[in-house]
Amino acid sequence: MIELVGLTKRYGDKLAVDRLTFTVRPGMVTGFLGPNGAGKSTTMRMMLDLDNPTAGDVRIDGKHYRQLRDPLKHIGALLDAKAMHGGRSAYNHLLCLAQSNGIPTSRVSEVLDTVGLSSVAKKRSKGFSLGMGQRLGIAGALLGDPEILMFDEPVNGLDPEGIHWIRHLMKNLAGQGRTVFVSSHLMSEMALTADHLVVIGQGKLMADTSMAEFIAQNSRSYVRVRTPDHERMREALASAGHTAVVAPDGALEVDGADAAQLGELAARHQVVLHELSPQRASLEEAFMQLTAESVEYHAHAGPAGAHPLAAGAPYGGAAPGAAPGAVPPGAVPPGGGGYPPQAQPPQAYPPQGPPPGQPGGPGQQGQAGQPGQAGQPGQQGGWGADWQRKKGS
Amino acid sequence: MTTPQQPHPAPAAPQQQPAPHQQVQTLQAPQPQQGQPQAGGGFAHAGYTSPIPIRPTHIGHALASEWTKIKSVRSTMWTLTVMVALVVGIGLLTAVGIAGGDTDLEGESPLAFGFFGMLLGVLCVITLGVLAVSSEYSTGMIRTTLTACPSRSRVLAAKAIVFFALTFVVTLACTAVVGFIGDSMLSDNPGAGETGGSAWFKATVGVSLYVALLGLLALSVGSMLRHSAGAITIMIGVVLLPLVLALFMRGDALEDVREALFEYSVPSQLGIMFSNTVVDSGPSGWDPLLIILVVTGAALAAAFSVLEKRDV
Repeated sequence: MIELVGLTKRYGDKLAVDRLTFTVRPGMVTGFLGPNGAGKSTTMRMMLDLDNPTAGDVRIDGKHYRQLRDPLKHIGALLDAKAMHGGRSAYNHLLCLAQSNGIPTSRVSEVLDTVGLSSVAKKRSKGFSLGMGQRLGIAGALLGDPEILMFDEPVNGLDPEGIHWIRHLMKNLAGQGRTVFVSSHLMSEMALTADHLVVIGQGKLMADTSMAEFIAQNSRSYVRVRTPDHERMREALASAGHTAVVAPDGALEVDGADAAQLGELAARHQVVLHELSPQRASLEEAFMQLTAESVEYHAHAGPAGAHPLAAGAPYGGAAPGAAPGAVPPGAVPPGGGGYPPQAQPPQAYPPQGPPPGQPGGPGQQGQAGQPGQAGQPGQQGGWGADWQRKKGS
Repeated sequence: MTTPQQPHPAPAAPQQQPAPHQQVQTLQAPQPQQGQPQAGGGFAHAGYTSPIPIRPTHIGHALASEWTKIKSVRSTMWTLTVMVALVVGIGLLTAVGIAGGDTDLEGESPLAFGFFGMLLGVLCVITLGVLAVSSEYSTGMIRTTLTACPSRSRVLAAKAIVFFALTFVVTLACTAVVGFIGDSMLSDNPGAGETGGSAWFKATVGVSLYVALLGLLALSVGSMLRHSAGAITIMIGVVLLPLVLALFMRGDALEDVREALFEYSVPSQLGIMFSNTVVDSGPSGWDPLLIILVVTGAALAAAFSVLEKRDV
């Protein structure tokens, strides 16, 4: 059981972790999700008392980390795959950790066996692959047989076999009644392992929910329709009360409709269909949408990449409560000169796209780091923006 | 699935779990149970209990851990081997060069000729002292170390004690060997100083204490700087720069500064510890040990306070 209350970390002007309050409960895998630079590692370092919080408090089973006399028996952590001296053998690395906590030396061989490194126990960890280093780090976390386990991006750089192994390890550990806290920036990974989700973006708590609830709330189902007779199909859909969105490849996407219904509708209007398929938006998309406005480092590709200078506005999304569409001072780098007000979206979207009454800020489309409140369709740039537009229409 | 299970005796034994791909579809099921673990403070008996007995740790555990650490890296072996080779080798060569019966030692103790070798050996001790701490930072090991032992002052204290003891013992062995070589080969030379018990004590135990304290200063600097190359550079500067500056300082106005730099430079102090007095004024006898004790104490105190406050 780990309790965080108002945990805050400030580096100069930048708020890396902003008043995080949540609880990690025993008996399940809690996923700690956020894009790169969201503050996951900083939060985990503060949980282990490696970094001092600017404000707030972390309690491990009711105690501060520094009050733990033999912490490895309470909490095992894997922070970096290679947080070890490369010149020391795997056995000696674990031995010095065991000795510092009064753990019997026999445990060293046991955990080396558990992670499958017995054959290289006497080898220096410098020569280990990333996966082996990761396993050695996990062995260190398991050394004291602790009731709480923390893993920071444990599947990073692992091969499929290693990923599979870690997934099962975490599930088994949680199944034994332990508290398992795993950070990741991959929603797909969390969907397979986590029972509970804590999502952060730019240091702020965005969601603290069970995995099932997250899936129910965030997965969007729609029907994809491809037809050569676009106009008639759109009319038919409109007459039946459906709204359609045009996908980038020209297909129509109809929200909340039944595929069979649409097929019958098309048949009634004698429209030729090339495709009719029910779709379900992936959790990855749901996660991207949730953190879209908080993604710190954007990559630009496709239509959204039309303004490469927008990448210079990494902190734009940090201003809470900023008027939607307003560009915060300094968000646009000098020389960028903002976006031409007449800038047209690269793709023609149906008029339902941006809802009426939306402030017509410059460069609505494809603008990165644009401050915008969740639920303001059409405002977010970067990841998930495309989908956000579709969902809102 | 998410209901806490009974404590399991063997941590490695896997429990029956649903396959990962089933997880997503069956996730609705655990939802009603979600509130159970924390309801009514139920988590206290719900968590996992390890079969490993819990005993409170003390400084002894940290010392054992640090001893394992320092002896399990090659840099320790290398720096100490080089140091022994330099101190004993140069001591032996000096003695062989001077021995022969006709060189007048002008009252110098035969034990004092270990000085040249030890001056170079000090550089190895400094390197080892810096690396003992800063290598933890450069490799990221420090995060693992402090996760295992959250009491930072205990970690630094254990490191300092282990390093000091190791350096002291190795230096003591070196100085004893070199002293024995000097005493047996040079005591027949004309003008050789007397080599009584107190001279022996100072040239072995005294010098070893001085060198180990200097190494501890390097360890403190390494702990504060957290950067191997930077800390080693600073320490070599501390050892050699005053003497070099004094050599190139001209003019009457700077005479006092020159004098002070010369007298208080580490080589001169080390020379005094070998009772191989380079200067006639300034500190003498056991004074250098007192000076290095104060300086190292201050640096170590600073290292403790900085370590407690900083993020790692």
